[in-house]
Amino acid sequence: MPLPRRPHARRRAPSRRTRHRPAADAALLAVAVAFAAPLVWLVLSSLDARATLRVRLPRSPTLDNFSAVWTDEITFTPMLNSLLICGGATLLTVVCAALAAYPLSRFHARFARPYLLTILFSTCLPITAVMVPVYALFVRVDLIDTQYGTALFLAAAQLPFAIWLMKNFMDSVPRALEEAAWTDGASWGQTLLRVILPLMGPGVGVVAIYTFIMMWGNFFVPFMLLLSPEQLPASVSIFTFFGNYGAIAFGELAAFSVLYSTPVLALYLLISRRLGSGFALGGAVKG
Amino acid sequence: MTAGAAGSAGATRSAGPAGTTATPRTPRRTPARTRPLRWAPLVPATVLLLLFLGGPLVYCVGIAFTDAQLTGQESASFVGLANFRHAFGDPAFRNAVVLTLVFTVVSSVLGQNTLGLALAGLLRRASRPVRTLTGALVITAWVLPEIVAGFLLYTFFERRGTLNALLAWLHLPAQNWLFGLPILAVSFANVWRGTAFSMLIYSAALAGIPTEISESAEVDGAGGLRRLWHITLPMIRRSVGTNLMLNTLQTLSVFGLIWVMTRGGPGGRSQTLPVFMYDQAFTKSLIGYGTAVALLLLVVGALFSAVYLRLLREEV
Repeated sequence: MPLPRRPHARRRAPSRRTRHRPAADAALLAVAVAFAAPLVWLVLSSLDARATLRVRLPRSPTLDNFSAVWTDEITFTPMLNSLLICGGATLLTVVCAALAAYPLSRFHARFARPYLLTILFSTCLPITAVMVPVYALFVRVDLIDTQYGTALFLAAAQLPFAIWLMKNFMDSVPRALEEAAWTDGASWGQTLLRVILPLMGPGVGVVAIYTFIMMWGNFFVPFMLLLSPEQLPASVSIFTFFGNYGAIAFGELAAFSVLYSTPVLALYLLISRRLGSGFALGGAVKG
Repeated sequence: MTAGAAGSAGATRSAGPAGTTATPRTPRRTPARTRPLRWAPLVPATVLLLLFLGGPLVYCVGIAFTDAQLTGQESASFVGLANFRHAFGDPAFRNAVVLTLVFTVVSSVLGQNTLGLALAGLLRRASRPVRTLTGALVITAWVLPEIVAGFLLYTFFERRGTLNALLAWLHLPAQNWLFGLPILAVSFANVWRGTAFSMLIYSAALAGIPTEISESAEVDGAGGLRRLWHITLPMIRRSVGTNLMLNTLQTLSVFGLIWVMTRGGPGGRSQTLPVFMYDQAFTKSLIGYGTAVALLLLVVGALFSAVYLRLLREEV
């Protein structure tokens, strides 16, 4: 409703908005085609029983590929593993981030700023580079090839950004209600749980979903830290599917990719508006 | 500064009803009773970070100076800077450094950054259906799991794949992309996958430019390019800096995409530093050497992070 009205609000220069339109549309459509080509292949091949590398319309669209991968071994076990690892890690990240963000957002202390800078600094570190030492360390302390070990590392890797995001959301919650709760004698735990978190519910949702999407798609961490096939999440099992089969069944691989990608695409839709409109990553991206 | 002022104002307000006697030196908003405990919620996060990020970082520094191998961990001994000397004398390492630079410049600085800015600008001028469609496609490429993206782009660039089919349709000569120009293929793949991030950042930045400014420049007769150079870019320069830093850092740690598409091959011609590191540590079992390379990558990453923090300094 509000969007189509926008050009009229700027009546003074009505021509400017419309003049560039055809050119901009054409350019964008060209980009759209380039971005769509690999995706079109994915969709068409998943419906094609005899899919090849080349994009083509299936002769007779079928769901055979989906029913072929719809088994415990190929789909359910890896998806369940992904859900356990990423779900557990997300829960841990969100709880730790909410707890940590609260004092960082509300109180002042000399170490708060260095602490925040360290957090921000570690959001930027290339996690890939830490993986070789993490592997060596996990072998030492016998956490290698355990799902909880992998989940703990994933949680730690996502935590800095989650704290940062959570703190920014918390900063925008007004303090008046909280002060009333304090006056009534509530502890910080009650205040956080009963007053602040409900008020920033959508913010917590964004942090949780964003964290989960990042972990669901992460390949390198479980690839390094998990070894036994029955423990692997979908991100790694799809790779063995792709890498080790003599003749790759492209149709089945495409069907599995669709199944594996759908949850994160759906989750992204849920948060896209909040993440997209205020795309203030780190609250820092102002003109 | 403003936060401090607001804090003290709040303190005087809340101190009154709570009945505590406000000591003159403390601009504090809560009763002092909770003071030591109120930082307790930081503990779980701090412990997790110290154990699982701090620990590996320290360990990384530790074993980068040893000859640790995958087999026989006990026999690792201190070798000083030998791993680093080995790295700088190793043609494969220098190859990886050059390829990482190419990959970063082509896919991040030139590709994602420029295309992201162009898309953000175009999206503002386009009609609504086109805007929605293009935005959705670009973002889908970004949200897709890395491994799926790598697999899709493998089929796209493969000799018998979609790209060559399109080229043939346009009567252009086909190329064996993954064999002939693997580093270019993976760079384009990274552009496909990562542009949405820049697009979103620049969309937010462009939306923050007051329209009067660009309109008055237009009235003064400034052309598109001059407006971009003299008005738009200076006004969003902080976003440009932020975006370049974050893009570069993300690109430096790309592994899955390259691993799925080429495994660093053929003949190491798309072997960027993360892939090289993995190869040394696990295929060749040289954990110590692989970690030394990881440490170099971390130092580069840390330098970029430090620059990024300086850019944001006033905001924290």
